[in-house]
This record gives sequence, structure tokens and C-alpha cells, in this order.
Amino acid sequence: MSFMAVYLFYLYMIHTLFPENVRQPTELGADVMIIGAGIIIVSVLTRYKKWRWLWSEWLTTVDHKKIGVLYLISALAMLFRGGVDALMLRTNLALPNIQPIGANEYNEVFTTHGTIMIFFMAMPFIFALFNAVVPLMIGARDVAFPRLNAISYWLFAFGALLLNISFVLGGSPNAGWTAYAPFTERAFTPGVGENYYFMSLLIAGIGTTMTGINFLVTIIRMRAPGMTFMRMPLFVWTTLTTSALIIFAFPPLTVALALTLIDRLFHASFFTLGHGGMPMMYVNLFWLFGHPEVYIVVMPAFGIFSEVVATFSGKQLFGYTAMVLSVVAIMLFAYGTWVHHFFTMGAGPSVNVFFGLSTMLIAIPTGVKIFNWIFTMWGGRIRMTVAMLYQIAFIPTFAIGGATGVMFAVVPVDYQLHNGYFLIAHFHNVLIGGTLFGLLSGMHYWWPKMFGFSLNERLGKFAFWLFFIGFWITFTPQYMLGFEGMTRRLYTYPLGYGWHMLNVISTLGAFTMGAGFVVLVYDIVWSLFKMPRDATGDPWNGRTLEWALPSPVPEYNFARVPVVTSRDMFWWMKRHHATIADQLKPNDIRELELPKNSPVPFILGLGFFIFGFGMVFEWWLLAFLGLAIIIGSLIYTGFDYDEHKQVSAEEIRHIEQSLGRLQG
Amino acid sequence: MSLPVDPKVIPKPPVPLEFSVKAESIKITGFWMFLVSDMLIFASLFSVFAVFRSRIMAGPTPNQIFHYGSTLLETLLLLTSSFTVGMAIFAMRKSHAKVMMAWLVLTLVLGAGFVATEIHEFVTDVQHGITWHVSGFLSGFFVLVGTHGAHVSFGIAWAVTLLFQLSRRGLTPVTSRKLYTFSLYWHFLDIVWVFIFTFVYLFGKIT
Repeated sequence: MSFMAVYLFYLYMIHTLFPENVRQPTELGADVMIIGAGIIIVSVLTRYKKWRWLWSEWLTTVDHKKIGVLYLISALAMLFRGGVDALMLRTNLALPNIQPIGANEYNEVFTTHGTIMIFFMAMPFIFALFNAVVPLMIGARDVAFPRLNAISYWLFAFGALLLNISFVLGGSPNAGWTAYAPFTERAFTPGVGENYYFMSLLIAGIGTTMTGINFLVTIIRMRAPGMTFMRMPLFVWTTLTTSALIIFAFPPLTVALALTLIDRLFHASFFTLGHGGMPMMYVNLFWLFGHPEVYIVVMPAFGIFSEVVATFSGKQLFGYTAMVLSVVAIMLFAYGTWVHHFFTMGAGPSVNVFFGLSTMLIAIPTGVKIFNWIFTMWGGRIRMTVAMLYQIAFIPTFAIGGATGVMFAVVPVDYQLHNGYFLIAHFHNVLIGGTLFGLLSGMHYWWPKMFGFSLNERLGKFAFWLFFIGFWITFTPQYMLGFEGMTRRLYTYPLGYGWHMLNVISTLGAFTMGAGFVVLVYDIVWSLFKMPRDATGDPWNGRTLEWALPSPVPEYNFARVPVVTSRDMFWWMKRHHATIADQLKPNDIRELELPKNSPVPFILGLGFFIFGFGMVFEWWLLAFLGLAIIIGSLIYTGFDYDEHKQVSAEEIRHIEQSLGRLQG
Repeated sequence: MSLPVDPKVIPKPPVPLEFSVKAESIKITGFWMFLVSDMLIFASLFSVFAVFRSRIMAGPTPNQIFHYGSTLLETLLLLTSSFTVGMAIFAMRKSHAKVMMAWLVLTLVLGAGFVATEIHEFVTDVQHGITWHVSGFLSGFFVLVGTHGAHVSFGIAWAVTLLFQLSRRGLTPVTSRKLYTFSLYWHFLDIVWVFIFTFVYLFGKIT
């Protein structure tokens, strides 16, 4: 009964607060689910008296390992949301002329599917792994700016929240994940949906830029003694190049989003059709960000695979120097290819040829990497763990995705295939086969380091096969549909085009992948309760420094910062019987200064959320309130000089002793 | 072969206060990275302006709305303030806290003069119906120059909180690092203004 009362009150509030034109037909199911989930979470926290624990352990934390866990949980939740969107899309297209969801809802769902998967699934998943292991790999006690790191997380989280509430409050964005002007201008897309898109991406984008700065500085300035650039694990190298790409790619996106928002809310004339607006400028700015973004999400996967393949082949990575040079080359080339996303704009043959050639050129360093991974496996003692299975599945999948990408680099072919299902199949081929396989591989590989227990291998393999087979069943028919002329963003199609059977197969594949996700979640829950705790800290016989530490890692990471003398340092230590655990003496341990928890990041994020919500609905008073909270927390943090806490040597000795890592 | 001067004789300059603690020195590196991303924001806005500057439509031309007087005043104020903030850092390096604060206050006064002139220019434009709605050129102009002005205004607010911190805590590695990053930010805005002055105002006047 109380639930009904809450719901009726909620409906009443929506109808009184929101203007007529932004009210969508109420999506009853989604509303009920969201409110229900909220009530359950609140009551569980209250029942078990966990509010204080939640606040002091998680919401105010500045520890990079905990922030990594927060990112991972958010990313998996967003993978669920984006995946449900995908299944809704595939259901709508399963058979000709059926419309379980209508045209407008279809537009909303494919927009949120793309936006969430790129910005709110792939990015936080990547940051989860950066946070979890990069400082450990380079022998650092934390990232360069711990508080800024927490701010980045909360800006992402509140940005994601803003986008996700759009579905129930006023309508989701419906102009595609690229939000091309002039369609997103007020004249063509009234209502608040697009405002949600621009505001949430602006807020999350600020956080992402700061994460890029944070990890770049961490890697440049915080390496342990002896950890030279050419001794860094390859995942650290890809983190470095990814961070550099973020710093250079996100500003154009910020400008593109901000200018469109200024057009929409304050009637400027940037991308409008009248008054000398120039919509193609939006497309240029967007892809000036968007192409580097492709490498931002795939390069960390390259790094993960380089770690995984070396560990599970029991060999040093083949061609380390060539790998480093190729990631640097990809980073530089990434800025010279953005026009290939809109060859059909008609910039002329010379421009198109330049960008076509530069696109083909980028396949060369990528090919170098593929060969080096294969040569690393060559003659190695390969262990078929889940992480390694994803790696082995990745190589042919990504090679095919890359090859279809080179087809698009041929400009006349692009004119034929542009905006069709061949394109959809191509970019899912590289984004799922490259990024998602990489992230899942990394998740299985570093899970014991993050949580102190491994995931169940049998269940993990089951989920892997469902993902892998489901993936090919979904997207092979879509390549064919592209040749058959089916265009993207089509919400239904008539019988008799020959698209019928292929769509049925593709939908079946999508549901197979959905089943894979369910098994993955079951695997996580099962392992949480049933898997034995990992006492060694090194379940995979690893090679790099993070495996030298106990799992989960103590707050201060290294009781004594190691001196690095070799690439694959931990492997070297094990060969020379010189692991940190063997060597640590009580007198080596000194008092440490650690960053102190702070409420500022959470409150700052909340301020941005309130500000964003006010902007979306043009409630200026609310926007000013949010702005006041933002400015207030910035001033507060400026005057806060008490950023550190001391951890005594005695305390650290006690922790290390209980982990069995202290001599004498 | 002997060197003309024995290297041991040359006294090594002491490490400045703001670089003396590693954590603070790392923050300065981080601030440089922030400036890179901020520079790219301006680079994007400049590219937008470059595309839009000829898209005048029915609106006024650059030549009609730009005035030498206010532009020259703004330039003088901001360039002088860049000099005065440099003097503040110079005084900081010599540990003259009082002198440093005086130069900083003078910097803020000059900055405030710049912002006031710019606001006056914008308000006058709007009163004559010259708004960003009128043409693509005006949209690009107001947002590029306005973003710079907003940066200067933010810098002034930031430096006011710095003045309180400096007067309360004196010169420590932390406060000196904060002033040093502020000066980097201020010089950066000055450089951006040089480009705005050249590519927006002067080019606008000659075409």
C-alpha cells in the first residue's frame, strides 16, 4: 500500500512540476522498477545499519583501489542497462512489422544504448582497471591526486545518473549517440531529452579529462626507483597513451556539447540552419573527439591483452619495444583520421583521399601488435584460463573487425556502405571484440587482486562461450544485412525485402549474449560466497609488481617501495628468491602519510547533478543552487589544509605481520 | 683540457619553495597538464571562430562592432597584470610576503579593470541589438571572448581566496605552490588574449 502511495505522489509531483511538452507517456514498468529498486536499497541499508559504513568506507573514499571497485560496479550496472537496451532493439527488429516498442521509444533506446555503452560502460570499466592496478604496477603508493580521482568518479557517477533518470523524468534523448546538429537543435528536437544528453556528457567529460591528467602525471612522476619508461608493463604504457589521448580529445567534445547546449538554451546560432549557423562544424568537433575516443577505449584492451598473454603463456612479451612504438604511433595517428566518419559530407576527393590513406596507415601498427601477441604465445606453455580465452577469441575477432574497417577506408566503398548495417556490424566487431573482450579479460585477470578471491573458472568459461558464439551469431547476419541495403536506426521493416531470416538469427544471437551476461553475474555472486580466499596474492604466477602484494592490497600498497631492476620485475624477483615478502624486515617499515577521506568529491558531484538538472529543465533557481554548492565545495577544499593522515610504523608492521609478510 | 670555470665553484641555485616538496612539485606538473586541456578548449573555440567569422548574414560586420579604444585598454590592462603577477612571484622567491601580496592585489585590480571593460563592451553591444542570436559570427565571437573573460573572472575569485590563505598561513610550500599555479594560469590567459587581440579584433578591423 505504501508503495502505491509513493507512486501516486510521484505521478502527482511530475504533473505539477514539469511543463506539458516534456511529459512523456509514463513508462510505467520502468518507473515501478526504479522506485522499487530504490526502496529496496534504502531499506536494506537501514535494516542492517550500513549507512555510516557506506559513507565512511565508500562515498568519501580517496583510495584508488576502492575507487576502482566503485567504477567496476558502476560499469557492470551500466553494461546491464545498455544490454537491456540492445535486447529491446533486437526484439523490435526480430520480425518484420512487429513493434513491441514504438518508433519514438526505439529512437530513445538506440540513443541511450550507444551513449551508455561508450561513455558510461566502456570508460568507467577502463578507469576501474586503471585505478585497480596502474599505481601497483609502477610501485606507487597512490595516484598523483587522490582527491581529484574521487572527484572524477563522482562526476562520472552523477553524470550517469542524470542520463539514466531521463527515461522516467521528461523523456530520453532520441537523436543518436552522436547527436548531430541541426537535428538536435530546438527547432527539430524540442523537449528536454537532448538537454539531458548534453548536460550528462559535459559533467562526465570533466571527470574523464581529470582522470586523464591524473594518470598521466601519476605515470610520469610517481614511478618507483628504477622503473624506467622502458621497464614499465605494457598496460602502463597504454594507460599513458590513453591518458594523453583523453587530454587532447575531450576538449573538442566539451566545446561541441557546450555550443549546442548554448544554442538550445540561450538561442545562439552555432549549428542552426538560419542566422549563418554551420551544422557541419559540430560533426567535425564531435569526431575530432570521437576518433581518438575509439583508441581511448581500445588501447587499454591492448594493454590488458599484453599482460594476459605474457602471464598465461609463461613467456616474456614478444617484441616489447615494437609494442611500445606501435602504441605511441597509434596515439599520434589517431588525430589524423577523424574525417573518415563523414566521407559522404562531400569535402572533396583530396580531403577524402588523405583521410582514407591515414586510416589505412593506422592498420600497420595494429597489425604489428597482433603478430607480437601471436609470437608471445608461440612455443609458450599456454594455460586456458578465462582471461586467456578472451585473449585468444579477441585476435581473430579484432582482425576481422579491423579488416572491415580498412574496407571503409576505401572512400567509394564507404559511399556504398555508409549508414548501413555493415557499419553497425563493423564497429560492434571492434568494440565488442576489442574493447569488451579486453575489459572482461582484464576483469577476470585482476579480480583476485581487487577482491581477494578468483572468479569460478567453469562458470566463467560458460559465460565466455555464450558471449563469443552469441557475438558471431548476432553480427555475421548484420554484415549481410548491410549488403542487402538495410540502413541503421530503422525501427521496423516490411516483409519481402529478404531481411527477415537474417534479423531472426541476429536477435537470437543477441539473446545468447544476454544469457552470457546473466551467467557472468551468477559467476560473480557464486564466487563471492563459495570461492576460497586467495592467501598468496599471486594466483596466476604473475610477472608484474601488482602480484607481489597481498590481495586485497593494504591501503598503503607497498610497506616498502621496491627498487626495480628489470622488466617483468616480479618474475625476476621470483627467479632470484627475492620477493618483497622474503625480504621485508621490521626495521624497513617507516611511518607513512596517506590521503584522508573527504566528503568534498561526493558533494561536488551532487552539486553538478543539481546544476545539470536545473539546466535540463531551465529551472534557473535550481541551477544557481547547484552552482552555489559547486563553488562552496571548491572554496572549502581550497581552505582545507588537513589532507593527510599519519599511519604509524607499528600499525603497518601489525598488518604485514598478520599477512605473514614480515621476517623476524 | 680544463674548463674555464670549475663547476664546483658555481653555487647551485636553491630549489624554489614551491618545488621543494615532491607532492607540491607533482601538483605543478598536473597543473601544466590542465593548461594543455584548457588550451585545447581555446583552440577548438578559435577553430569555431575561424569558420564562423565570415558568416555574417544580416548582422553587423566585425569592422562595425570592434573599437580600437576599448580593445587597446583591455590589452594594456591584461598585459600589465601579467607583468605584476610576475613581480609577485619574484617577491615570493625573495620571501618578501608583504611585497608579494601588494603585487597580487595590483594584479587583481588590473584584472578587474579588464573584466569591467569587457562587460561594458558586451552590454553596449547587446543594447544595440548585437546578440549572439543574430549571426554565426557573433555567436563565435561572444563565446570565444566570453570564455576568456569567464576564465579571467574565475582567476580573480581564485586569487581572492589565495590572498586569505596567504595572509593566514604565510609562505609555505603549499601556499607558494598555489600562488605559482595561479601565476601560470594568469600568464596563460594573457597568451590567449594576445591571440584574441590579433585574430579576432585586429583581423576583424582590417577585413
